[in-house]
Formats: sequence, structure tokens, C-alpha cells
Amino acid sequence: MSLQVVTANRLRDGIVVYLAADGGWRQRVADAALALDQGEAERLMALASAAVEARLVVDPYLIEVVEDGGLVRPSRYREVIRATGPSVETQADLPSAAE
Amino acid sequence: MYRYDEFDRDFVAERVEQFRGQVGRRLSGELSEEEFRPLRLLNGLYLQLHAYMLRVVIPYGMLSSRQLRMLAQVARRYDRGYGHFTTRQNIQFNWPKLEEVPDLLADLATVEMHAIQGSGNSIRNVTADQFAGVAADEVEDPRVYAEIVRQWSTLHPEFTFLPRKFKIALTGAGHDRAAVRVHDIGLAMVEDAAGEAGFEVIVGGGLGRTPMIGKTIREFLAKRDLLSYLEAILRIYNQFGRRDNKYKARIKILVHELGAEKFTELVEAEWREIKDGTLELPAEEIERIEAYFADPPYETFEADDAGYLAMLAIDGAFRRWATSNLFPHKRPGYAIVNLSLKPLDGVPGDATAAQMEAAADLADRYGFGEIRITHEQNLVLPYVAQRDLHDLWRALDEIGFATPNIGQVTDIISCPGLDFCSLASARSIPVAQRIGRRFRDLDRQFDIGELHINISGCINACGHHHVGHIGLLGVDRKGEEYYQITLGGSADENASLGEIVGPAVSYDAVVDAIEAVIAAYLEHREPDEPFIETYRRLGAEPFKESVYGKESVHDAA
Amino acid sequence: MTLLKGGEIVADEWAAVGDDDPVPAGPAIVSLQRWQGEREELLRRNHPVGVRLASDEASGAPGAPGVIEEISADLDRLGVVVLEFASFTDGRAYSQARLLRERYGFEGEVRAVGNVLRDQYQFMLRCGFDAFEVVDPGKLDGWREAASEIGAWYQPAADRRQSIPALRHAARGRA
Ligand code: SF4
Repeated sequence: MSLQVVTANRLRDGIVVYLAADGGWRQRVADAALALDQGEAERLMALASAAVEARLVVDPYLIEVVEDGGLVRPSRYREVIRATGPSVETQADLPSAAE
Repeated sequence: MYRYDEFDRDFVAERVEQFRGQVGRRLSGELSEEEFRPLRLLNGLYLQLHAYMLRVVIPYGMLSSRQLRMLAQVARRYDRGYGHFTTRQNIQFNWPKLEEVPDLLADLATVEMHAIQGSGNSIRNVTADQFAGVAADEVEDPRVYAEIVRQWSTLHPEFTFLPRKFKIALTGAGHDRAAVRVHDIGLAMVEDAAGEAGFEVIVGGGLGRTPMIGKTIREFLAKRDLLSYLEAILRIYNQFGRRDNKYKARIKILVHELGAEKFTELVEAEWREIKDGTLELPAEEIERIEAYFADPPYETFEADDAGYLAMLAIDGAFRRWATSNLFPHKRPGYAIVNLSLKPLDGVPGDATAAQMEAAADLADRYGFGEIRITHEQNLVLPYVAQRDLHDLWRALDEIGFATPNIGQVTDIISCPGLDFCSLASARSIPVAQRIGRRFRDLDRQFDIGELHINISGCINACGHHHVGHIGLLGVDRKGEEYYQITLGGSADENASLGEIVGPAVSYDAVVDAIEAVIAAYLEHREPDEPFIETYRRLGAEPFKESVYGKESVHDAA
Repeated sequence: MTLLKGGEIVADEWAAVGDDDPVPAGPAIVSLQRWQGEREELLRRNHPVGVRLASDEASGAPGAPGVIEEISADLDRLGVVVLEFASFTDGRAYSQARLLRERYGFEGEVRAVGNVLRDQYQFMLRCGFDAFEVVDPGKLDGWREAASEIGAWYQPAADRRQSIPALRHAARGRA
């Protein structure tokens, strides 16, 4: 059984969040509550469903994570991008942008 | 350009308030996400990978400088200071907050813009030739009819919950820059034997999972019948389009399953019932709309500007830009200027607020205050006097919009891909950037000549990969990003779909593979023969060999 | 279930009759199948009859005459035609309602049933629906509000309201 955490988007602003052990929603995957087994995963998803009802988040789901040198990161590439932001510099970051 | 009258203004204002109410009911819990999703999509609002994304529609890709400035202001006030111009001539903001979207829309309404039908199973923003009204080879200005279609299709009570999304494109020119053969409905303006202008009606084209070239179901449709004919097509589709499987729900599948002949019969029978009804377009209404698209107050020039010709002769960098980024204008002494949104290392189609404002200022100074968006994700100033070109070029260079690469290998069409899109299988933007770096040398680009590379991050094909001369489609192979290569696609009047040339290649190998394709072209081309012609002459073989014959890029994934 | 007509909650005088139930006296709505099978008996009752069409039935197969067309000859004998929104995202009934009203001139009640929500209310009104079976009766204000969210529309439709092109034309005539 792999490690899992629950992620969702916040309803009001859409920002990616992770369910923490205290039931709050945090922006860093490192703050997420880890589910080690199916029972724990189900318990977290039940909390997440309650948060949907409470209009805090939208579309929660479980993702797999791996521990890597003491840090937790998602195993799928899609979730890495969700956790860390676009992999490319946006135009706004470029010197040519003349901001 | 078209200006709102009191009716348009009231309509959009009411629509903003209606959406404000819907957002309020979502935030208060009266609407569930399931109920709200179709409503927000109908107003261009997605929930993407990182955040909400708002698609603001730009009808037939035409903007005033005032509107462009407002887009810049919206980018600053509600987003992270930039916007992304799309292959459908729209602009997307990647980070708006749901609770602020109603205010954002109210700001847009002050400059006659909105996000209505930016998404959803509705009739989407109507697109048209980006050079409409200024192209030398035009039968008639398609924007007049694009505007008429825009109004008719806006919150159409019967056609807002179709089986699937529905895209209409128009062209008035012989050379098709609007890709009308790969739209749900394409309208190409043609003349009948008597010299009267009307429309060839093409139905059932499209890209995505099942790419198809549209079928002509009517060679000539009179202008007065435009809306009744569209209504007949949509009514047949609304009733009989498949709703059991979303991958088979586009009109192209209905046309394919019934056969073009049977489909045409149904449309014609429906049309006979309604053609003389309230949708008939009176000549007076056409003239009224035409007046909005009258020529700007051109100066009269007899011939090419002598100063411009002199600068061309002495300034090599200017000449290179002029050769690739200018298009012939119907008026002597004028040019159509393309602003490249494909700088080295940039994100294809992105522009910052400061760039948008600078472009708006340049449009005011040199181009009658008007800007167009192209489906290649670039901007256009459609009427610049040759006299001003050198000054404009220098100003564009300062804001990073003067890359001399229009239509060339680094003018890449790319969807947002996995960096932004929740449906993506693989990234698109970094692939475009890596290809851009590999071919950064301007002489080399110039030598390769006209070549369209189109990249989609998944089978939905927003990057139009099927109709790229070289197409790349991102696929997920056990969590790894791979790219399927297609060759020989084209979106113009000789539309063709690219053929898959072999197994998908890895993220790391994809740039080498593109280089191998281009090497084969350079080796086999005849003098002055562009890539697509060489491909059509020789077929896929030499290109396949070049890509897969080499061990370094071979990958049996 | 609550019936909404003209912005008011009204009593439903029509009995919805199942295929195996006896038809009671008084106005009765039957399925298409029952209408086709028992047309003569139903008409002989001398009570108003209505027909309920599922989305698939009403549109029929492409090219085959649709049910709407088939029953069009009987429309003056029907008091109500019930059209179904299996989901609010299934828009077929909009076309069916317009055909009933505009092509076949049906003047009885066109009733929307199924996933009928206030955010589609104006579209339904425009396409010729005039009765709505609504799940939640508690939000009547919301429905009234929804009926006037947009004041004028671009298209002519079954409600025969003046479209924006017609309003413009009239405004120019006055000017
Ligand atoms: S092609 Fe796929 S990845 Fe790219 S924008 Fe469209 S849906 Fe997203």
C-alpha cells in the first residue's frame, strides 16, 4: 500500500490545497496528512466530502505520494506540476517582458 | 469595428448580473458544483489544474486598442499580470478567483467584452480570417456575417445545451486562414454565376479524437438565408446528435454516421420549413452591419513608399522582419503587420499586461487603433502605412514582439498542455521552447522556410496538431511524457490531416526527432519547394527513415 | 412535485396515469405508447387527454418522421404535451417545444418535466414551455427573478417576443 494524501481546489479562489491532519486545507503537499492504509484513506476522503458540503473545496481526490529524503512529493508528474506550479517560466518572468 | 448599441449593452450587463447571481448561489451552497459547472462553463469559466481559468471571447479575433488595454488591466487586477491568446482567437486568464469573476466581467463589459459561451456545449465564439477586410484576395468581408452569426448564436434558447460544443468559422478569401474545413460549420464566401456573393457551407469537420475534414453540403447559400440555414443545421444536430457517448457527440460523427447525403437531405427539409420566416436577413440589416466594418480613413498612396524601400535595402535585420512578418495589403502603400508572440524562450501566445498596453499604444499611433488575434496565437496590426514600418519595427523590438519568425519553424502553435490544463497527458509549452532554442539561428529558420509545427498536450487537439505540417501529440506512457509525430497536415483550402509516422518518442528525444524530419526535408527539397510540398511529393518514407532509422531517436515505446 | 404556471404555484388538475393503471375520470396524461394504443377509447371519454413524450421518443430517429410530426394531426385533441429533460444538460426538448408551437401551432399546455431548474427557465419560456414541474417549491422568488434576468434576446423564438433585431428596426422607424 502506497502513501496517499487528499488534494482538491479551494472553492473561492481555485487554489490547489491538501488536507492536513488537523482537518485544515494547506497549500503545501508537505503539510498534508498521510494515509498509510485504505482505512485511513477512506477516513480522509470522508473529511474531504464534509469540506465539499461546507463549501470549502471542490472535487477532492486521493493522490499517491513518495517520501524522498524526508520530503513528501507526488509520484505522478501531473501532481508534481499541480503541487509546484507550471514547469515553465511564464512570459511575466522573462527579461524581455519590459515590466 | 462593431460597436454595441443600447440593446447589446443591456444584454451583456444583464448577463453579468445573472452570472453574479449564479456565483453567489454557488458560494452560498444553493448550487452544488455539479449544478454550477455547466453554468460557469457557459460563461467561459473552467476549474483547471492550478486554479480557475477564464476564457474571454474575442469575436472573430478583433480588438480595439481600448479593449486590449482593458485586458491588460484585468490581467493586473485579477490575475498575475499576463494573459494567453489561444488558437481560437480568444484570451485566457489562468488565475482569477471565483469570487472576483463577476467584477472582472463587469469591467470587461465597460469595453463591450464578455465571456459568454467561452465553453460549454454551446455555439462557441465565432472565428474568422484574421486578415478580413484587408486581404488582397477577398470576395467579401466575412466579419459582417461573423457579427450577424455572433448575435444570433448568443444565448440561443434552443441551442445552448447541445450534445457537444459547436464551432463556426468564416472566411471571405480564396486562401483559407480560418481553417473552415476543420470546424463544425465552415462558411466560405464564394460568388455564384451571376457574381452574387454567398456562402459555401461545410459541415462536420473537426480535430480531436476523430479528426475529419468537413463536407460541403451546399455549394451556394444566399446571404439572406444564412441564419435560417444555420438554424436548420443546428436543429437537426440538437435532436439527433448522439448524447450517449461524449466522444461521439460532435456533429462530425452524426454527419459521418448518416452520410453527408442523408444529413444534407434532413437539413434541406428542415430549412424549407423555416427559410421564409423571421430569420430571413433583410438587405437593410446586412448594410447596417456592413457600415461598422467600413475601411478606416486610409491615406491615398500611389505606390510603395520610397523611404520604406530604402530602409529595406540598407537595414538587413529590418528586411528580414519585413520578409517574414508583413503580409500584402489590399491598398498600395500599406502593410499588414504580424506581431510575433513566439519569442525565444517565451510561452507561445502569452503576453504581459505591459506588452498588451504597449501594443495598444502602437495600434493607436500606427494602425487606426485596431488589433487582430490570429489562430496561430500572434497579434496583427491590419493597417500600417509603409512609411511607418521602420519606426514600428523598432518599437515592437523593444517590447519583444518583433521576432522575425511568422510562419516559420519557431512560430509554434501550442496549447497550454500539462503545465496548466487538467485534461493534459503531457506538457506542450516546454517542448515548444526547446524546439525554439534548437532552431534559434535566424538564418537557419529562414532557410527552412514556411513550416508549421503544432503541439497538443492531449487528444483534444487544442493545439491543432493534426493540421500542423509537423504535429506533436502528447501521450502518457506509464506516467512518462511521450509525443506522437504526425506529418503532412494542413489547415488551409487544401486541408489535410497529418499521418502518424511511427512510434511516439520520449520528451527527451522529441527535439532530435523534429530535427531529423527537417533534415530529411532539406536533403530532398527542390529549389523553392516548401516543406509541405516536399512531403506531398515524396510521402512519409524519407521522413520516417530519417527519424526512426537513427538509433539515437528510435524508441519502441 | 409542484406545478409552476405563469410564475405561480398552481394545482395540477391533470392525473399522471401509469401504463397499467386504469384511466380515471377527468383530465389524464398518458404515455405515448398508451395514446397510440388506446387513442379511440381515450378520446371517447370526453375528458381532456395529454401525452407524455420521453426525449428519445419525441425526436425519433433521424429521417423517420418524428413523433411530434406524427401526433401533429391530433394536437387539437390534446390538452397538454409533456416533454422531458432527462438532465438539464440534455437540450432536445427545446427543439421539440419549438416545433410543437411554431411548426404545428399547438396552443395547449407544453409542460417541462424532469431536471427542470431555474437557470434554464428563461430558455424554456422562450421555446414555448408554459408549465413546469418543479421539485423544490420553496424558491418561488428565484423563479420569478429568473423569468426576467435577460430583458431582450437576439433570436426570434416561440414566445413571439420581439427580438433585438426587430426592436432595433422598430427604434429606427421611430427615429
Ligand atoms: S489539447 Fe488537451 S492538454 Fe491541450 S489545452 Fe486542449 S485539453 Fe488541454
